[in-house]
Amino acid sequence: MKGLKIVVLAKQVPDTRNVGKDAMKADGTVNRAALPAIFNPEDLNALEQALRLKDKMAGTTVHILTMGPGRAAEIIREAMFRGADGGYLLSDRAFAGSDTLATSYALTCALKNLSPDLIICGRQAIDGDTAQVGPQVAEKSGLPQITYAEEILECSEKKLKIRRRLERGSEVVEGPVPCVVTVNGSAAPCRPRNARLVMKYKHAKATSEMQEADEDYVTMSAQRPYLKITEWSVNDIQSNPEDLGLSGSPTKVKHIESVVFQAKEAKVMDASDAAIEEMMKELIANHTIG
Amino acid sequence: MANFYTDNEDIKFHLAHPLMKKIVALKERNYTQREQFEDAPKDYEDALDNYDKVLEIVGEICGDVIAENAESVDEEGPKVVDGHVEYARGTQQNLDVINQAGLNGISLPREYNGLNFPITPFIMAAEIVARADAGLQNIWGLQDCAETINEFADAEQKAKYLPRVSAGETCAMDLTEPDAGSDLQAVQLKATFNEKENRWYLNGVKRFITNGDGHISLVLARSEEGTQDARGLSMFIYDRNSNAVTVRRIENKLGIKGSPTCELVFKNAPAELVGERKMGLIKYVMSLMNAARLGIGAQSAGIAEAAYREGLKYAQERKQFGKPIIEFPAVYEMLSNMEAKLHGMRTVLYETARFVDIYKTYYHLSHERALEKEERNEMKEYQRLADIFTPLQKLFASEYANEVAYDSLQIHGGSGYMKDYPVQRYVRDARITNIYEGTSQLQVVAAIRGVTTGQYAKYIREVYEQATIAPEYEPLRYTLKGMTDQLEACTQLVTEAGCPEYVDFHARRLVEIAGYTIIGYLLLADTQREARFAKSAKIFIQYGEAKVASYAAYIRNFNPDQLGLFKK
Repeated sequence: MKGLKIVVLAKQVPDTRNVGKDAMKADGTVNRAALPAIFNPEDLNALEQALRLKDKMAGTTVHILTMGPGRAAEIIREAMFRGADGGYLLSDRAFAGSDTLATSYALTCALKNLSPDLIICGRQAIDGDTAQVGPQVAEKSGLPQITYAEEILECSEKKLKIRRRLERGSEVVEGPVPCVVTVNGSAAPCRPRNARLVMKYKHAKATSEMQEADEDYVTMSAQRPYLKITEWSVNDIQSNPEDLGLSGSPTKVKHIESVVFQAKEAKVMDASDAAIEEMMKELIANHTIG
Repeated sequence: MANFYTDNEDIKFHLAHPLMKKIVALKERNYTQREQFEDAPKDYEDALDNYDKVLEIVGEICGDVIAENAESVDEEGPKVVDGHVEYARGTQQNLDVINQAGLNGISLPREYNGLNFPITPFIMAAEIVARADAGLQNIWGLQDCAETINEFADAEQKAKYLPRVSAGETCAMDLTEPDAGSDLQAVQLKATFNEKENRWYLNGVKRFITNGDGHISLVLARSEEGTQDARGLSMFIYDRNSNAVTVRRIENKLGIKGSPTCELVFKNAPAELVGERKMGLIKYVMSLMNAARLGIGAQSAGIAEAAYREGLKYAQERKQFGKPIIEFPAVYEMLSNMEAKLHGMRTVLYETARFVDIYKTYYHLSHERALEKEERNEMKEYQRLADIFTPLQKLFASEYANEVAYDSLQIHGGSGYMKDYPVQRYVRDARITNIYEGTSQLQVVAAIRGVTTGQYAKYIREVYEQATIAPEYEPLRYTLKGMTDQLEACTQLVTEAGCPEYVDFHARRLVEIAGYTIIGYLLLADTQREARFAKSAKIFIQYGEAKVASYAAYIRNFNPDQLGLFKK
């Protein structure tokens, strides 16, 4: 078995889980400067599923593909610290202002350069909560998709078996490889950064970050090719410029208002100690209590 | 979303201590490992950045996973299944995450897949782990057994066992027996050499063994038949894969409940001799013990940090008589004293860790090349300092962990006595720190020579007293000089009686006088680097001055003849 070539689609997002009152600007757009930039949480769940396949299947590689400004290389390093082999940063002014349609188009064009066996991504990003990019990539790539995945139970070079979350339970489905899998937040959390990998990869840089590097660094990165994070501009992918960025984005934000929910969604749980403990942890984690 | 490293500036402060530059350069052999190992640093800043980033991982795991599991681990504890230990669910999850993060073999050389960190950042990681779950620190912290293997075992043994520790296998040190606790000379576990098989076998019982079912155990056993004392004892490695040791029971303890304390039965257990025969207790256990005592210092600091934070939080939130209780002098005094003790125990802990780092690194270096005369002298000097500072820091750290936890519970009032708050766990966990790896009374026995030979006083006079300080802190130094005078005067008073028992009687007081002075000076030095420590320095020195005065008065008013009054 030669293993799988896995690409994880990931996004660097503003941390909206802990928003203060300066999180939005007066014009209704997100004030990115006031919020720390993080690895989109469900993309981390997706990464963990990919890394588990890498653990199980010799020869499997895991690469991140992300679209964003130069600093989005941070999440590629984050993924490498956790066990990913490397990543690709899709970065160009031509992509600025992309909505989900333009984003999935650009990502699909970039994926053509890579022709992976498996594309895994988080269900949705916390800055938009659209859950559209994964399915759109599948559609544009002409690949089948399995959404809301909770665990990849089995995987070979031909097919895979996945448990996916439903509203009131879960189901196990099979699909062919290649395909697109979007992973739900209820999947296993991502493994921590690894001490040895952090020390090995902390100097990894994308091309645009290399501009500030000193001579010492240039020598080192020449000796250590694994430190290079591939950066692609619009010229590195085959695309129709009309479909990229603002011009490729039919979505227009007309108006934004702050809505306070009154009724809370209900959650059903059984009466076991484990379920109660789980709920306590959840309430503490989202700062409802504690 | 908590991070127990980044939320604690004090650890970072000690990581940036000026002496670290020398330590790291020695440890990294002047940054020459870069060609060979891809994770080796290129210079001091790069190395420090590595420590910082790895401690950040430790802090994150501790905040998000280990601390979250602590209560259920305390509740559930480990159990014995078919003669082996099964950890509490939370403990197992903690260990799995720690292994995924590669936080093992932290101070081992890179050739054994270690991180090649100095002891100091390892001790910092230990402190952070203990703050999250003191009992877990017992299991994870036992990786320092690998240090002893690295120091004394042969090349083959090192190559066999050390990479396993780096990969996450756990260790144990099997010393105590039913009739050999503080007095390890009485160890009876029998080691017999089978000539035909060219192999050692162990038979007998060990008791109170922390993580007794660990993968790799260092076992103290009697290899010389017919002997009764320390000279008949040797050190062995037992590999759990041999499956010849069963766990008979796990103790039901007051605290550190996640840590399995085992009674072990060795039945023809194959073992490998470490180093030379007969040197088990005399040389190897002493080294093991010193490392473990540093670990307990870290554990104590971690528990005290956790307890102090809980006490502070509660005092700010709890309102009585129309205001938060922190506004009452009785409460804020307690909290400031707790904080000063916490800063004090931490500063002497890391001072000791740095001493250990320098001499141990020279020791390893001496096996690679001949040391220069100056280096040899430095190695000896720092080893001497490490030897007298280790028991002193263990004494103060463990006693203060208890005091801080006690006061924190007191601040909580009745609520603190309930299991609803974590402070009761800190009180229970702290209680072992001044008992195991040598009781406080035994730390005093180890430290008193530093007093009677004048070593502490000499170091205080020649180094601490001579440091450059800002003029506004001269009054504090004046007080500390007075305390040093008391140390010398009291030592003379006690020793001139010419009676060893009389020295033993006052030993605790004398060692504490030295300790208050040293910790006072260290806090004063910290204040020179960062002014925010001025508060703790002032509070601690004032507190120490009063303690020293009372001990001095007691000693002065005491007559050697009065010993009889106390004898039972």
